[in-house]
Amino acid sequence: MTPTVNPLFVAARAGLSRGRIELRQGFTNAETLWGYFFPSVILLVVMFFLRDSRVPGTDFSLGAQTLPSTLGMTVAFGGLVSMASTLVIEREDGTLLRAKATPNGMLGYLISKITMISGMTLVSVALLLVPGLFLFDGLTLSPGAWVTLVWVLLIGMVATMPIGAVLGSLLSNPRNMALVMLPVMGLIATSGIFYPITALPGWLQGLAQVFPIYWLGLGMRSALLPGAMAAVEIGESWRHLETLLVLGGWAAAGLVLAPVVLRRMARRESGSSVAARREKALQRVT
Amino acid sequence: MAVRAGAEAPTVTGSPADRGIALDVHDLRMRYGSTDVLTGVSFTARRGEVLVLLGPNGAGKTTTIEILEGFRMRSAGRVEVLGVDPARGDERWRARLGVVLQSWRDHSRWRVRELLTHLGSFYAPYSADQIRRPWDVEELIEVVGLTEHVDKRVGQLSGGQRRRVDVAIGIVGRPEVLFLDEPTAGFDPAARREFHDLVHRLTDIDDTTILLTTHDLDEAEKLADRILILAGGRIIASGSADELSRRISVDAEVRWSRGGARFVHSTSDATAFVRELLAQHGEEIADLEVRRASLEDTYMALVHEYESGRAGSAARAFEEVAG
Repeated sequence: MTPTVNPLFVAARAGLSRGRIELRQGFTNAETLWGYFFPSVILLVVMFFLRDSRVPGTDFSLGAQTLPSTLGMTVAFGGLVSMASTLVIEREDGTLLRAKATPNGMLGYLISKITMISGMTLVSVALLLVPGLFLFDGLTLSPGAWVTLVWVLLIGMVATMPIGAVLGSLLSNPRNMALVMLPVMGLIATSGIFYPITALPGWLQGLAQVFPIYWLGLGMRSALLPGAMAAVEIGESWRHLETLLVLGGWAAAGLVLAPVVLRRMARRESGSSVAARREKALQRVT
Repeated sequence: MAVRAGAEAPTVTGSPADRGIALDVHDLRMRYGSTDVLTGVSFTARRGEVLVLLGPNGAGKTTTIEILEGFRMRSAGRVEVLGVDPARGDERWRARLGVVLQSWRDHSRWRVRELLTHLGSFYAPYSADQIRRPWDVEELIEVVGLTEHVDKRVGQLSGGQRRRVDVAIGIVGRPEVLFLDEPTAGFDPAARREFHDLVHRLTDIDDTTILLTTHDLDEAEKLADRILILAGGRIIASGSADELSRRISVDAEVRWSRGGARFVHSTSDATAFVRELLAQHGEEIADLEVRRASLEDTYMALVHEYESGRAGSAARAFEEVAG
């Protein structure tokens, strides 16, 4: 008797390996490396100049307080923007259609993107965290801090990647990525990443707390900052339960919505739709 | 008891696929909004047959092939590919098909071997006793002639080489049916010829059924076992290049020269005419040439006949050729 292999298992394994291969390809590609290092260096330089400023009402370094916030921002940015742009670019260039023409290829494709974006996010987080630990005083890395960091990271990725995939499916072409970038940038500005959110007007605070970026920043701060720093947060607490609920809510919404939207998007893919987009893209270039 | 003795009803023997029919299309219709793109396309393909769908731009070639690939929903009609309705085809069915897509800049960072190995791995669970899936990558690379480029990145390849990668991806799962939509669009003559050789090799190695679309008559003539001419959303003629020529025009053109003068004569029986010509004038005849209507003549006549709305024989369309 021949052993029967589950095709879904095979596709999932192929997806994992595809994710690993594409991640590795990124490390030998100047453009991708620039994408990793440029934001990290800029952020570290900005925080370095903030290190002598104090968080209002405390004598804690504003630079040190910003570092964990930027980790949260990085997770959100990867899940929302990188996921959306990867999807919209690979839909335009026909990668997705190839996946569709392969048995269980869409499953493999999705797993590969989750693997790749997760890997990219981890690398970006490490590129901020490791130098940051040397540059700033006052950050704690106790075992408890690691546990918090890991669960915030995980639920952050689950909360943002499906939403990113939905946004990527809804965009018609990569030139429209600004429709995702601008709102995300706006949210970063209002989510207390670079300055305590309590300095913002109440209605903006309320708005920011609807979205995952604020909670990712808060979760990361709760992991890496001393307990006393909770005093400058809303409600003078790290609000772990609320963090879990809001990020869990986004995760649930994304996981329900993403398969529906992705399936609808994939159904419309065909040789002629890719050709039409290629035509349009080439017209813009010339 | 109500058990009936005696003759049982003859059992229906399987789906069309079991009877050697790979593609079965009946009265396929497609309508976008108020525009009818396909108005009743019917054809079948036996296993191992190479079918070329020929037609002017906008005739519905791509729409037809995409419906068969399962990438597009049809408005009406019956379609079976390997005995399965493409609208309801599962992944097991998908694994038996190959689709050659036009690459553009996808997978540009992938190395050729890496990409084929990766995409091939999806087919392994669908391996059967008769058909080992996927195709051994080294062997496949040799078949499509990419041996020297196997470690190159896809983005570094020339247009013709990339097209070979497209074909390799299309056949890596050892498909029973292969779809190619305008596979040589934008090719130079050398690349086109290499591609034709590749298709011939494929049909030699495996008993693959191939459906390809083109608007290149020369290509259709070279590759097809059978040509389907699609115009205005339906198939207006089908047959081998030879059959189509005969169907449209029984006349052949005979040219010769005698005593420095050149002659042209149109006849339905070129052999008899030439025999008589030689018997009558013997060695005076020079520059003898017999020319049957080419596929191009046939095609132009058929499409013209269709477009001018005339029914029946198109023999008259050749009056000016015979002139």
